[in-house]
Amino acid sequence: MTKARARWLLLGPAGLWYAALLVLPLAVVLVYSLGERAPAGGYAPALTLAQYANLGSRWTAFQNTLVLAPVGTLAALLIAYPLAYFLAVKSNPRWRTALLVLVIVPFWTSILIRSYAWIFLLGGRGIPALLADLGLGDIRLINTPFAVLVGIVYGYLPLMVFPIYVSLERLDKRLLEASSDLGAPPWRSFLQVTLPLSLPGVATGSMLVFILLMGEYLIPQMLGGGKVFFVGNALVDLFLQSRNWAFGSAMAVTLVAVMLVTVTLYMRFLSRIGAARDDVGLM
Amino acid sequence: MQDDNAPISRRKFAEELERYRKGSVSRRHFLGVTGLGTAMAVMAGAMPMLRPRGAHAADLGDRAVLATWPNYHDVENFAIFQKETGVATQVNVFGSNEEMLAKLQAGGSGWDVFVPTNYTITTYVDADLIEPLDLSKLPNYDAAAFDARFADAGTVNGKLYAVPKNWGTTGMAWDSTKAKAPFTSWKEFFDLTMTDFSGRTMVHDYQLTTIGNALKYYGYSFNSVDPKELADAEKLLLQVKPHLFAISSDYQPSMRNGDAWMTMCWTGEGKQMNRDIPEIHFALGKEGGEIWSDYYAIPKNAPHREAAYALINFLIDPQVNAREATAHGFPVADSRVNALLPKEVLADPILYPAADLLNVQEFGAAATLTDPNRAELMARFKSA
Repeated sequence: MTKARARWLLLGPAGLWYAALLVLPLAVVLVYSLGERAPAGGYAPALTLAQYANLGSRWTAFQNTLVLAPVGTLAALLIAYPLAYFLAVKSNPRWRTALLVLVIVPFWTSILIRSYAWIFLLGGRGIPALLADLGLGDIRLINTPFAVLVGIVYGYLPLMVFPIYVSLERLDKRLLEASSDLGAPPWRSFLQVTLPLSLPGVATGSMLVFILLMGEYLIPQMLGGGKVFFVGNALVDLFLQSRNWAFGSAMAVTLVAVMLVTVTLYMRFLSRIGAARDDVGLM
Repeated sequence: MQDDNAPISRRKFAEELERYRKGSVSRRHFLGVTGLGTAMAVMAGAMPMLRPRGAHAADLGDRAVLATWPNYHDVENFAIFQKETGVATQVNVFGSNEEMLAKLQAGGSGWDVFVPTNYTITTYVDADLIEPLDLSKLPNYDAAAFDARFADAGTVNGKLYAVPKNWGTTGMAWDSTKAKAPFTSWKEFFDLTMTDFSGRTMVHDYQLTTIGNALKYYGYSFNSVDPKELADAEKLLLQVKPHLFAISSDYQPSMRNGDAWMTMCWTGEGKQMNRDIPEIHFALGKEGGEIWSDYYAIPKNAPHREAAYALINFLIDPQVNAREATAHGFPVADSRVNALLPKEVLADPILYPAADLLNVQEFGAAATLTDPNRAELMARFKSA
């Protein structure tokens, strides 16, 4: 067997996998998106861009997603970074593994169950009752965009913590000593050494969380009371309620396109920062 | 009803959890929104060791897959059925008729028996998704025992496709300690939602009832697909939306813990809440609203057709059906079953409203289910 043939043979399974589970379904969705809704719902073959022209009617869903996904990512980052920093740098190495396991433990329970717990916590007898006892008046939390934000930050936090933790843990401690020897106060060492070196972790974590948030459906449905509508919710309704598969497909294609564009821009932005950083070294 | 600020007690929480675990209403939402119900059915089908085993299934096979609504059966009955026939019943729970239709349209549902609502049956027949019933295999069915208005929809073009299960209405349930006067109409429902009940009302995540009741606000038909009337309903719904607590068909948890004070509500669930919390009242809109009837039917290409017939025949046996009704609390159309039920049940004003109230209610129409404008209106309302 020649080397070339062996290479193709070895690539075969992965290629088939790729074709059957990614290319083919995407092609089906693309074809459906050019069709029409059958009179009783479903898909009827056609060749029209009408579905795409109708996308404006779901603008609010895109808007909610495009606002809450970045905001949620940022909020998760702001909470995850100090936690990861503590775990990687400040915590006692003897306890470190145990603490890390504690971060993963919630993942052992379905996100569904955990979201249900938040319904109780944010509901009238949960945190709002506590706040009312403190004299803060009648505050509603459940079924608001804030509740959705809390839910998504909570749900995806570990995905942000781990990449940052890994990048901080690998950090060469001698760099910090050098920084200190050269007279930098701790905050300066953090800003000029630790933070830049942990950026790859921040980038990975943010990307992971952002991509998942763009497709989020469950948390808005459960903690938003059906009033905070994401693209994911619009899609589910289109397939299961109004059974407009053509429009649903058009929306799915658009979501994929929007994600490709945002993620590409984000990568560009990151590589530019990376290049800028390399230009000046570690400053 | 507990006072608003008291935190949920440990016991209450355990009860809620138990309700959910037992497949009570919150599962409608739970399974409906997540698709877990279907996922579970598919998984169970794909993994032989998860498959329920039958002991002596000679010609019926060892299982039947039932697609139904939450909290709608006596689990005990399935155990008896398995003992008698060796057929284990696998139950899938759904959140809306649209969802059931979507699954059947997509194909490969694997269902043997499903429970469509009256207005959907012609659509199933047109789409060739449902099988005409062979009455020789349903000896327990007695057409004469049924009030025609609850059995009519089962027959399409002279052929019988479905036999009646239960009927009911869609009204409103509210916490009477928060209301100055009892609710009697959909006009009051929407008007008070924008004033005294602001932030405390729930409407169904279901176009049929939410749009239908908004149409009733103006006195239009519950089933209207007239663009001008739908535009009025949309205006009202968009105006009401900022005042809603939630758009969800899973209203019992929020009603029970006091977060929500009023909701659109199906008969049996109104009864369930009223039984546990007497302050929660239930009424129909005097302008009208929905009356419905559910049916048992067999989809085309049911994998276990013989078991499907056996299961339906078993469930419509008056003795068995009386146990079902006692468990789920929805009214039954079969006079043989009603003869077995206690008098108080039949006299219950929630379950069996006065005739004049009932007569103005409308059955959903097939056009209402498939109308693209109503579907779009609902989507605009939800995403607004």
